[in-house]
Amino acid sequence: MSVVTSTLGALIPGRRKAGDANHWPGLAFMACVFFAYVYLPIAVLIALSFNENELVTIWTGFSLDWYRVALQNEDMLRAAGNSLLIACVASLGATTLSTLAAVQMARDRFKGQGAMNALVALPLTVPEIVTAVASLLFFATLGITQGLMTVMIAHTVFCIPFAYLPIRARLEGLDPRLFEAASDLYATPVQTFRRVTLPLMMPGILSGAVLAFIISLDDFVTTFFVGGAGSTTLPIYIFGLIRVGVSPEVNAISSLMLVVSVVMVSISLLLGRGHGRG
Amino acid sequence: MTNIDSTAAPVAGLDSRKRNLRRQRVLLIGPAAGAITIFMVAPLLLMAWISIQTRDYSGSVVWNSYSMEAYMRFIFERNLDDTLSLNFDYLLIIWRSMWLAAITTILSLLVGFPTAMFMATRPRSWRPALVFLVTVPFWTNLLVRNYAWILLLRDHGTINSALMGIGIINEPLPLLHNSFAVSVGLTYSFLPFMVLPIYSSLEKLDMRQVEASFDLYATRLQTLRRIILPSAMPGIIAGSILVFVPCLGSYVTPELLGGGKTMMVGNLIGLQFGAARNWPFGAALGFGLLAMVLLAMTFYALKSGKSKQGISL
Repeated sequence: MSVVTSTLGALIPGRRKAGDANHWPGLAFMACVFFAYVYLPIAVLIALSFNENELVTIWTGFSLDWYRVALQNEDMLRAAGNSLLIACVASLGATTLSTLAAVQMARDRFKGQGAMNALVALPLTVPEIVTAVASLLFFATLGITQGLMTVMIAHTVFCIPFAYLPIRARLEGLDPRLFEAASDLYATPVQTFRRVTLPLMMPGILSGAVLAFIISLDDFVTTFFVGGAGSTTLPIYIFGLIRVGVSPEVNAISSLMLVVSVVMVSISLLLGRGHGRG
Repeated sequence: MTNIDSTAAPVAGLDSRKRNLRRQRVLLIGPAAGAITIFMVAPLLLMAWISIQTRDYSGSVVWNSYSMEAYMRFIFERNLDDTLSLNFDYLLIIWRSMWLAAITTILSLLVGFPTAMFMATRPRSWRPALVFLVTVPFWTNLLVRNYAWILLLRDHGTINSALMGIGIINEPLPLLHNSFAVSVGLTYSFLPFMVLPIYSSLEKLDMRQVEASFDLYATRLQTLRRIILPSAMPGIIAGSILVFVPCLGSYVTPELLGGGKTMMVGNLIGLQFGAARNWPFGAALGFGLLAMVLLAMTFYALKSGKSKQGISL
């Protein structure tokens, strides 16, 4: 068809096709602008973290000093420890709750299931600052002292959708005949779950757990309002430093956090690749 | 709630299966639903209730003292002699939030749409790598990303140093602590939310339709308007809402890049639980922000319903 029209077109003088579907003027340029906009600030940050002088923006020479200073900073290490602890608890809690809910939601049909889906997605819908101050009011009204415990609870709750969605997606991709086959072979529901459902869900569960872990690790707003004495996480600590001003030590800590996040996301994506094969 | 009672003898087969199913629902879905209800829905309801209470001298809540005082503060200021006078300071902050969120959405669309189209027109084998490149920065810490912009924008930052080095300017440009810095930072924070939905709707477009349009001598502009934009529309609407909504409630970016003068609603709310200490007013503002977000989402639901109809035509 296209060959016919274009040959016909060639016979008509003065008419030319406007172009090729995959090549548009300016697209590649705009994509370059986009990737420069996205990656240049990060590149500048990492480059400056290796800068030896203290003035931060003027390059004088390569040095790893600031990484040494950062890694010997005990406050920073304590904050990093808190972050890891909270992220582990939140990720474990959210993944457990989400796995249970996803199993039932995927195989069940009931009235109010739409409302249930909306409830699970609620932490994604409500602005974080609103949830954060509402939780602050909630804990204050109940007379619960704010600290590690309240931060862990709040993180677990807002991590639920991040863990739930990959698990649910994995379950949707599974062939229901696998479970029928298991019960045809006289497996009890518990056996079916342990030997068939759980292993098949595993990529989704792991991917969700890593996602929840990163989300918790990176959180600032909720921790800032719900936290208290003894719950200083790495983002809270960095926020305090940034407030004081730009410093090469912050550059080094920020670059380290950046690397950790990128590695974690890559792991999550690699694990999540199982989705397509399901 | 169903009562889980193992001693009850199974009555009829169907009845006990029904009961089993309900027990399963409570045991499996219950914990997640319960956690969100107790630690999120209940706090939000409490916040709504606190917003109609008065505050005491320390800014805390005086229970059962219903008043619309907190909402009046949006527009009025109570003077020392207890008279009210108009004060638009807070409305200005709300207006600025909406305006900055809108600017950010437009900027993201202008940069995001060509990028999404670039991705969708690359060979299939490239695309996962491109999606990865778009998403990676999004997963890095928000504070870190905003901090990187402080390094670039401040008076002795990378951009000003470079411009002064070349000799284009003699004095550093005031790039940081203003609306410009906030909108640049917000766009930076939420750009992937615009690119990915547009990309996924463009990816579904059969490129042969575009070829057919060219074969029929449509110009590039006509093809863009008649073929590409209609199929990108669901993605554009979804992307716009995904950028607009979190922008409206952003806290970190205006706090770090805006300084004290470029406050947004999120910072005003935060302030009521910090230095300003007025919990009912903070709760009222939080409720207002929630209402704005829900309004935007309702708008989206209506719009996306319409555009689906448009496609089926």
